[in-house]
Amino acid sequence: MPLETVLNVVASGLLAGLVYGLMALGLSVIYGVVRIVNFAHGELMAVAMYAAVIAFAAWGVDPLWMLVPVAAAFFGLGYVLQRGLINPFIERPEHSQFMLLLAVALILVNGLLVAFGPDARNVQVDYALESYEIGPLLVDKVRVICAAVALATCALLFAVFRFTAFGKAIRACADNLLGAQVVGLNVSHLYALTFALGTACVGVAGCLLVLLADVTPNSGPAFTLLAFVIVIIGGLGSMPGALAGGVLIGVSEALAGLLITPSAKSMISFALLIAVLALRPQGLFGRAAR
Amino acid sequence: MNARADNEEETMTVNRRQFNRAGAAALGGAVAASVAPAVSRAQNRVLKVGVLLPRSGVQAFIGQSCQMGADIAPGLIKQMLGVDVELMNADTETNVDVARSRAEKLINDGAQVLVGPFDSGAAIAIAQVAEQRRVPFVVNIAAAPQITEQGFRYTFRNFPTSVDLVTNGLALMRDLFQATSAAPRTAVFMHVNDTFGQANRRAVDAILPKLNFLPFRLVDTISYDPAARDLSVEVAKAKATNADFILLVSRLNDAILLVRELVKQRWSPQAIISPGSPGMYEAQFYKALGKFSDHCISNVPWYDPKAALSQRVDAAFSKQFPKEKLMFHALNVGFTFEAVLVAADAFRRAGTPDGAALADAIRQTSITERMMIGGPIRFDAKGQNTQIASACIQNRGGQPVVVLPRQAAQAAPVYPVPGWQQRG
Repeated sequence: MPLETVLNVVASGLLAGLVYGLMALGLSVIYGVVRIVNFAHGELMAVAMYAAVIAFAAWGVDPLWMLVPVAAAFFGLGYVLQRGLINPFIERPEHSQFMLLLAVALILVNGLLVAFGPDARNVQVDYALESYEIGPLLVDKVRVICAAVALATCALLFAVFRFTAFGKAIRACADNLLGAQVVGLNVSHLYALTFALGTACVGVAGCLLVLLADVTPNSGPAFTLLAFVIVIIGGLGSMPGALAGGVLIGVSEALAGLLITPSAKSMISFALLIAVLALRPQGLFGRAAR
Repeated sequence: MNARADNEEETMTVNRRQFNRAGAAALGGAVAASVAPAVSRAQNRVLKVGVLLPRSGVQAFIGQSCQMGADIAPGLIKQMLGVDVELMNADTETNVDVARSRAEKLINDGAQVLVGPFDSGAAIAIAQVAEQRRVPFVVNIAAAPQITEQGFRYTFRNFPTSVDLVTNGLALMRDLFQATSAAPRTAVFMHVNDTFGQANRRAVDAILPKLNFLPFRLVDTISYDPAARDLSVEVAKAKATNADFILLVSRLNDAILLVRELVKQRWSPQAIISPGSPGMYEAQFYKALGKFSDHCISNVPWYDPKAALSQRVDAAFSKQFPKEKLMFHALNVGFTFEAVLVAADAFRRAGTPDGAALADAIRQTSITERMMIGGPIRFDAKGQNTQIASACIQNRGGQPVVVLPRQAAQAAPVYPVPGWQQRG
């Protein structure tokens, strides 16, 4: 196999992996703080993808211009969802939370089916078929843009958690809930903000992913599964882990497709998942339970 | 003793009641029997055809295209045969299990014959249901050989097997290379990894090595998921072979993804040639790819635009679907219409919708006036029509054009085709 081909495939997998990482980041952030596993994660992303498709079909708006409005709308949606629906379930057993979010996922999938039908939809922007030639590499322009936006969004999220007072308050809730309550932090509000941030990440990821792949109402469960694989490999609750997990899945799937057979792409993801669960159950970047 | 006497009395009483009931039932039955032939004759004038197609899911565009062929059938068949056809439509959702359950439901709801389903996997599932329920099943489009190789008595196929498709398709390649004085040395075989794709792969693997008149050899075979979201790796792998052309067995969505990826990766093979699969002549292919859809080649069964029946179908199609053009749906509409025609023709001759009688009548089919290129519609002992020919279709100016065989050609074939960057 020519080295040039391998490099091209690795670059392609790396760039797609960054978008996957952003998608999984939302899931990881929500679990890391609120301790709720969002089983409607992929379905929410499918909703964001449809929002971008509608904007493009109706007004010709490039999904990249939809990033901010969709992120803002999803921030609000996430806040309302958490405060109105999920918050009462925080103290309930995990299976109750699971059933609640599974129900939300089913409603979203079927709502999309009713609204848009089952057919695949996509967005074809003018630059969809363009590529950059960098030495021996031929890199898809759309992937480069999507990866760059995904990286910038991740950096922004890291900065929010690291440098803002409200980010520090959220981290305090994650690290020591009792301590956060003792010092008077409004935990319910902070939980809702965290859920909103995670959902906004999904909104951004949806706008990006619609440039790379078609969307159908049934795409949601597949994205949820992918996000789970990524965060479990990276470490549930770990932000760098989600990003690294996305890149690892993107690159390993691409290499498996090239060096073994394209049908082995998913097989490699799940093999990695099993290996991590067996050898390092907390994930590559996760903290071991004490 | 008393209890026994009571039982006997009760038994006698019951027997009297039973007698009375039996008498009433017999009277009712006699009345019903005298009326039944009239009712039956009235019902028999309408043939209920269960149409199973993938109108949603990955194959939705093709399923909807086939559906148009079914939709125009009742009106045309009434004119041609004087038979009333009632369609009972069902969506298989591009899912084999759904196809099976929808077939069951259609039969439960009264379907007297099944037509469909544009998918080999679904066709095998439906054939099993049809066999169990003794309801004839006429396959419109599906090529896996096993559909008519398993001894089903109620399944009939007016479409070539993948072996015939590939044999005809490869023979047309020889004609193509001769007509263009080309001699490609290598090809990379890319195929969708489903029942249809695997059947085609087996056919190519079995037939190609025996054909010494073809100048090329396969340098690699790459299979991919029919629901793939991205074919970048597959195309990179194919590009690395540096093959002269791509031999492609695809569906529709993956064919679109593949061409987009070829453009992105700036690889212009001498041609993309299908030995008999859908995808590259579908309306959606032209809409999605514009100028990049041009010059793709499909060696597939095709319609004869000059045939009298084609012109009647074209008129009915244009009337019912004024925004569509038959040429973009010709294969799907043609074979679906012909499948309903086969069922209606058998119904007319059999005079009954009874499954066994209908199946016998279908077995005796001989329809000479047809839309698709090939001999009359007749079925062999396995229920297979072996008289279907292929044509070489090349996309030109955003539409499918017959370039071979010479006698039916609308334009001369082009090979090698212009590179992506050389197109307007």
